[in-house]
Amino acid sequence: MFDKERIKEIEKQRERWENTTLPKWISHHPERRKEFRNHSGMQIKRVYTPEDIQEMDYMRDLGFPGEYPFTRGLHATMYRGRIWTMRMFAGYGTAEDTNKRFKYLLSEGETGLSTAFDYPTIMGYDSDHPMARGEVGVCGVAVSSLKDMEILFDGIPLDKVTTSMTINGPASTLLAMYVAVGDKQGVPREKLGGTTQNDNLKEFFAQKLCIFPPKPSLKLSTDVIEYCARHLPKWNPISISGYHIREAGATALQELAFTLYDGIAYVESTLERGLKVDDFAPRLSFFFASHNDFFEEIAKFRAARRLWAKIMKERFHAKNPRSMWMRMHVQTSGCTLTAQQPLNNIVRTTIQALAAVLGGTQSLHTNSFDEALCLPTEEAVRVALRTQQIIAYESGVADTVDPLAGSYYIEALTNEMEEKAMEYIQKIDDMGGAIAAIEKGFFQKEIANSAYRYQREIDEKKRIIVGVNEYTIKGEEEYPLKILRVDPKVEEEQIARLQKVKRERDNRKVKEVLEKLHYAAEKDENLMPTIIEAVKAYATLGEITEVLRKVYGEYKELIVI
Amino acid sequence: MSKTEEIVKGVLAGNKRSIAKAITLIENNDPEAKKLLAHVYSHTGKAHIIGITGPGGSGKSTLIEKIVREYRRNGKKVGVIAVDPTSPFTGGAFLGDRIRMQELSTDEDVFIRSMATRNYLGGIARATKDAVKVLDASGKDVIIVETVGAGQSEVEIIKIADSVVVIHAPGLGDEIQAIKAGLMEIADIFVVNKADRENADKAVIDIQSMLQLNNKEKAWKPPIIKTVALTGEGVTELIEKLEEHRKFLEKEKARKKSLSKAEAELVEAIKEQTANSIIEKLRKEGTLEEVLQKIVKKEIDPVSAAEKLLKEKFKKE
Amino acid sequence: MQSTRKIRVLIAKPGLDSHDRGAKVVARALRDAGMEVIYTGLRQTPEQIVETALQEDVDVIGLSILSGAHKALFPRIMELIKEKGLTDVMVFAGGIIPEEDIPELKKIGIKEVFGPGTPTDKIIKFVLENLPKRT
Repeated sequence: MFDKERIKEIEKQRERWENTTLPKWISHHPERRKEFRNHSGMQIKRVYTPEDIQEMDYMRDLGFPGEYPFTRGLHATMYRGRIWTMRMFAGYGTAEDTNKRFKYLLSEGETGLSTAFDYPTIMGYDSDHPMARGEVGVCGVAVSSLKDMEILFDGIPLDKVTTSMTINGPASTLLAMYVAVGDKQGVPREKLGGTTQNDNLKEFFAQKLCIFPPKPSLKLSTDVIEYCARHLPKWNPISISGYHIREAGATALQELAFTLYDGIAYVESTLERGLKVDDFAPRLSFFFASHNDFFEEIAKFRAARRLWAKIMKERFHAKNPRSMWMRMHVQTSGCTLTAQQPLNNIVRTTIQALAAVLGGTQSLHTNSFDEALCLPTEEAVRVALRTQQIIAYESGVADTVDPLAGSYYIEALTNEMEEKAMEYIQKIDDMGGAIAAIEKGFFQKEIANSAYRYQREIDEKKRIIVGVNEYTIKGEEEYPLKILRVDPKVEEEQIARLQKVKRERDNRKVKEVLEKLHYAAEKDENLMPTIIEAVKAYATLGEITEVLRKVYGEYKELIVI
Repeated sequence: MSKTEEIVKGVLAGNKRSIAKAITLIENNDPEAKKLLAHVYSHTGKAHIIGITGPGGSGKSTLIEKIVREYRRNGKKVGVIAVDPTSPFTGGAFLGDRIRMQELSTDEDVFIRSMATRNYLGGIARATKDAVKVLDASGKDVIIVETVGAGQSEVEIIKIADSVVVIHAPGLGDEIQAIKAGLMEIADIFVVNKADRENADKAVIDIQSMLQLNNKEKAWKPPIIKTVALTGEGVTELIEKLEEHRKFLEKEKARKKSLSKAEAELVEAIKEQTANSIIEKLRKEGTLEEVLQKIVKKEIDPVSAAEKLLKEKFKKE
Repeated sequence: MQSTRKIRVLIAKPGLDSHDRGAKVVARALRDAGMEVIYTGLRQTPEQIVETALQEDVDVIGLSILSGAHKALFPRIMELIKEKGLTDVMVFAGGIIPEEDIPELKKIGIKEVFGPGTPTDKIIKFVLENLPKRT
């Protein structure tokens, strides 16, 4: 980007500066620390200059927005055309409660729905399972049968909204229910838009909500990808998630590398089904966290986009540019929220959200400031949504595309992120791929070490967390939070409804279709069509999952500390 | 009744809390532990003690869970001791083996105890042997000891167990070398776990060829069993072989084996007691501290120091 | 030989949630402080937790929960602890637990509740200072 002579001159001048101006200043004003490092452990220089990006080639490394390698963004005009999707995760209590919250959010100007399910649903248990005690409707909405799904989307036309469902192990069953509701509303399947998280690989080392062992889990994820490619063209079958990897304690670099590797595994697994890469790759989507270190995060998003484009082009020989698109959803990092001085979380979330926007995300969830204490209240959710609206409409950052491009620091950091992520990818390749790395506990060990190091840094005050290890308020602090609680009656009501469904459905038909499912699972068929049939007969989530548990076995976690 | 007597009574009645307390006394070298062991000793000798060893990643814990389930189906009462290493730097330990067996922990006739090596070498803890006795006296029919799983040096288990199972799994790379180096001779039964993987047959052949070199004249020929711990495949066969081995021991070599076990125990006890009295003596004199300082300053290495000490101080004895 | 007592701690995760980062960091910190730490993994029932504490004869149980089900699960655990006679075990908790629930949890015998952002040193110190007396 710069000619050699010019770089030489800069180098000479830098050396002069380092011998004159700099030491004079430092002798009176020493720096705060001996060395500065970001979360990923990369050393941060005092100042960046054209020297740090002298190898950069504008067209090769950045290009124009909407063109390969998509460093500057997926779309030619980015947010000048359309602001990112403001998608807030919601769901609690019964299907009726969440339905009400959905309608509220739609009326407040939100443009996409996002569903949180309770833990029993996530683990494939019905609300009346013994393991569900005390958990029904607590951290999300309880969905045990198609009946619940019908209520959840009552009065919401499925061809007018897009719905994101945070569900992995039982993703095929929940998607089947959504399809069934669409069928009942008379919405053609090709018009159903939304996302199932369906990323089972990261469960084994990040979110740990695993039901089945790694291989059948990958198979189930692939079933959904294949089915969508053939029948639900507007559905994003998978959201390949770094968010949980990060929240489990990984660094930005590990989040980037491990997520992309999971992506590689899904592509390989789907190719084995006989689909061509361009048949399904355009619908793969990604999900990242945005943490505290502003520039590190921006560099991560930009590097992720460029690296994925290269992988799709060079490793998988994709032809369609859309196959090279890394469409991403970003959530501000939940684990950065503090219980101490909770209002400070609004500021943290703002900085993180800004990084996601400057990193070029397609959609964004901002956390509510009270989430280190409880489920978010309506007021807190509103502030979080307003944060995005202020960034979008008041700050001016959305008015030009990729405004930080060309910053010596940002570009150098983007390059370093990409290089180091490639090193990890190479290492995992050598290990024999994602499943081998999971079985060896490689990801788990890497993440556990980073999590522990991060906590030690906080304990030793090498890392300052405002309100936690510095700038604390003496004595017990009280913030008058209105804590949202789920009425314990929810559990009773939910169980009563489930039992009614079981009484009123055609139980012979249910038995038949579950046997059919068992057979299909043993035959290693794509299970989506049979599961759709099963949910339409009101077979419950627990019953369907139980059949699969019998065939695939249950996963026992590999503990790595 | 003294507290120890109460614990003994509880152990003999199979009370879980008493068993747990007894093992703690043993682990902590509590002065009461000796009394306790003296009381329970006459009630031991009934259980089949099985040692399970093999490299990390071979699936020991998962397989043990399946073995315990199978024994439970046969109506046997089972005790498990799972050993993990103590950190030499902090003295702490992370005990995570029982996670694979957690569903069994609420079974009235299963007792699982995790144990840290507390820097004892050889793949088990110093307390393992006596903890096995407590479980034996409590009426367990089968006692399984899972060793640390660090590889070749895990031969201590042979002093405790009636039957030693060595587990291997394909795809562990060089670990087969470890088996060759140390575990080969101690195995009564070999298991090739994760037998659904490719290379499982190669692992079997590797072991077979090593066995041919090693065990030409032995009365018990160690069988090789293929298992898939995740699904429980091969576990029934493994239990059958263990039962066969137990009968074999009973019939032919029971006396000899228990004599050699008794000998090993006696020798161990003498070693420990003499070593302790010597160390105590040196400590009282202050010689120990003196020599330790030299070792820290790298003036002498520990082995030479020990040799020199013993020569100088105990010449007359 | 000298008597050598080690502090044994059970770190347990009741409930269905899978946020084990905190539990693991605490487990590791306690181990590095020289304790023997038993970790039993995710999704343990109250019965499994108390039965494990009994068989392992731990001095301390640390419960970690972030799902909000503490009000249903903690009382059951404390009840079982009493039932089994584990009078010499100290119990503490951590995770996302609203301030206003804490007095009630302390009333049923939970010695302390640590929220997000607690330094591990503070937990180690707490464990050492509140170790149950054993004879």
